[in-house]
Amino acid sequence: MFRKTLVTAMAVAVAFGATACGGGDDSSASGGSGGDGTITMGFSQVGAESGWRTANTASIQQSAEDAGIELQFSDAQGEQENQISAIRSFIQQRVDVIAFSPVVETGWDSVLLEAQRAGIPVILTDRAVDSEDDSLYETFLGSDFVEEGKKAGEWAVENWGSQPTFVAELQGTTGAAPAIDRQQGFADAIEGTDNIEVVASQSGDFTRAGGREVMEAMLNSNPEINAVYAHNDDMALGAIEAIEAAGKTPGVDIQIISVDAVRDGMQALADGQINFIVECNPLLGDQLMELAEQVVAGEEVPKRVVTEETTFTQEQAVEALPDRQY
Amino acid sequence: MPETPTTPRARRMVDLSSPVVWAAAALLALLLFNAVVNPGFFAVRIQDGHLFGSPVDVLKNAAPTLLIAVGMTLVIATRGIDLSVGAVLAISGAVSFTIIDGSSDPSSPATAAIAIGTALAVGLVLGVWNGFLVSVVGIQPIIATLVLMTAGRGLAMLVTDGQIITAESPAFTWLGRGYVLGLPAQVVLTLLVLLVVAALTRRTALGTLIEAVGTNPEAARLAGVRSRSITWTVYVFVAFTAAVAGLMTNANVSAADANRAGLFIELDAILAVVIGGTSLAGGRYSLTGTVLGALILQALTTTTLTMGVPDEYVRLFKAVVIIAVFLLQAPRIRAALGRRRRGARGVTSPDVPPTDAAADDVRPLTPAQAANSPTTAMPDAAPSPTDQGVLR
Repeated sequence: MFRKTLVTAMAVAVAFGATACGGGDDSSASGGSGGDGTITMGFSQVGAESGWRTANTASIQQSAEDAGIELQFSDAQGEQENQISAIRSFIQQRVDVIAFSPVVETGWDSVLLEAQRAGIPVILTDRAVDSEDDSLYETFLGSDFVEEGKKAGEWAVENWGSQPTFVAELQGTTGAAPAIDRQQGFADAIEGTDNIEVVASQSGDFTRAGGREVMEAMLNSNPEINAVYAHNDDMALGAIEAIEAAGKTPGVDIQIISVDAVRDGMQALADGQINFIVECNPLLGDQLMELAEQVVAGEEVPKRVVTEETTFTQEQAVEALPDRQY
Repeated sequence: MPETPTTPRARRMVDLSSPVVWAAAALLALLLFNAVVNPGFFAVRIQDGHLFGSPVDVLKNAAPTLLIAVGMTLVIATRGIDLSVGAVLAISGAVSFTIIDGSSDPSSPATAAIAIGTALAVGLVLGVWNGFLVSVVGIQPIIATLVLMTAGRGLAMLVTDGQIITAESPAFTWLGRGYVLGLPAQVVLTLLVLLVVAALTRRTALGTLIEAVGTNPEAARLAGVRSRSITWTVYVFVAFTAAVAGLMTNANVSAADANRAGLFIELDAILAVVIGGTSLAGGRYSLTGTVLGALILQALTTTTLTMGVPDEYVRLFKAVVIIAVFLLQAPRIRAALGRRRRGARGVTSPDVPPTDAAADDVRPLTPAQAANSPTTAMPDAAPSPTDQGVLR
């Protein structure tokens, strides 16, 4: 607990631009690659906007500790500016490798170029960037969001395709890769199925509060809605509360597909409030540290590494829940 | 023409120079727009013993912003501002949920009482801190509260360990999702606070004292007003409203999100106050205006969501509407519009101008008139002699 608090305190300090571990102390000795051989990684996280994200953060912190990699963790609180300034401060601190989950897809070229000029390799985790020049980063480790959307869409076609289905789509943060790709994958999968129609699609910003407010408005404007496709569990959980407040039964009157499979989402799935969850595995810490070691050692790594993922029905959720780590 | 004579009388009843009137008109226009574009927007039905429908959602979702805006109105009236309310909201939610989550009996009323009490106490302490910086140390309010605005979320994250804390407690569920007489508990609580504030500031001299501090702190002090304690008190109060709003918003989704809860709510609250016609320069304030401002903001959000406006355009849409409201409230624009209207009428119906001229006599303070007749300008520019009489 105290350790975690310390880590958080450090994260906060870095997030506010204080360059922790400045001059003199021994941590800067490990800054240049070599010396005692300890790798220093600067990691800029999107924020702590969902249960998935906090699990992702915990996995990275744990794996770094296990692998003996010194982690400079920074929380961007959902703002690209914070993330860019965090990456700049990593460059100034001369870390060995920078890893980050981009808040949005675009606008990274100049800061990535700065890292490249400083000779610091960059690994993208979880979310991709939209850049012409893919030499700006070493590798992208993360889920295939289009594939996740497809899995959700395929289940929808299979289970909803036989009767008229009016889907409310709760999008993630506008402009974020998972929001764009999950929408795309889902749309591709349901194309040609006449019975399934997305009647409303709005951004709930990946948060419970957002999912709830958007769902409330949608239920009023489109009373025919009988299905929900949420781009993450937290928005689905917010939607469940809105649906209950409207006097309908989530999972029965209005069926729900969600993506992520965090604990609260899995619990709702096991309780029958959600009908299907596509997993988006946040526990990529070990894979990330392995890649970081390879990159720092100068080894060739594939440009794209996909994390291992599955899907859950209600029955599978009941079985999987006791062993769920996050 | 039977209608013409009634026009000036109607004018006399509605003071067109008041921004509150324009805020009310904007809200009305927004609602009318909804009636046309979103049929079914006003369909309110009884669902499981409580009211359900878009208007109820507007009221419920506006409640936290409105609650904070009420506190903010008083702060702004003293010529101050509080940017830290969003952070205080996050801390309040974080503290209460951490207590419930960590307790051995999360569902007991005692735990909920401790959690609520602690969260409110923390809110008050933060308010005392802000008020101290502003009133005793004399730091400019925007700077003094900026400290807590940036640091506050860090504090909230320390409390929650950077995690989103979820907890179920009946008392909390009620705060966020409960109903009183068919209305959401959030709305009723906010209304109560609003009524208490209205009674305290408008039925006693307190409101006038606050306005005096905002109009001219030095003059108010010399007139025997305890400026310092009044300033201090309003900062404590706004932090209290933020703490209550924190309990509400986090209870609404049964989760405390230190990072995102109440993000930018300080700006919404300030906007609500300003739309309501309270000047950031301090002095006169209008609680009615603030209520209208908060409702306009939330009605806008709900409207865009109901219409299904793509997220990329939502902010643009909001900006356009809010700018339109501000333009309508600007004396110069109104004066220009008024001239054009009179000009047009003069051409079409020659018998109207005399009555319009009569209406002008009761319409105070277009800038031109203000310049021409300093005596009529006096009451708005400074506390009237009677006001000062109250101060002594």
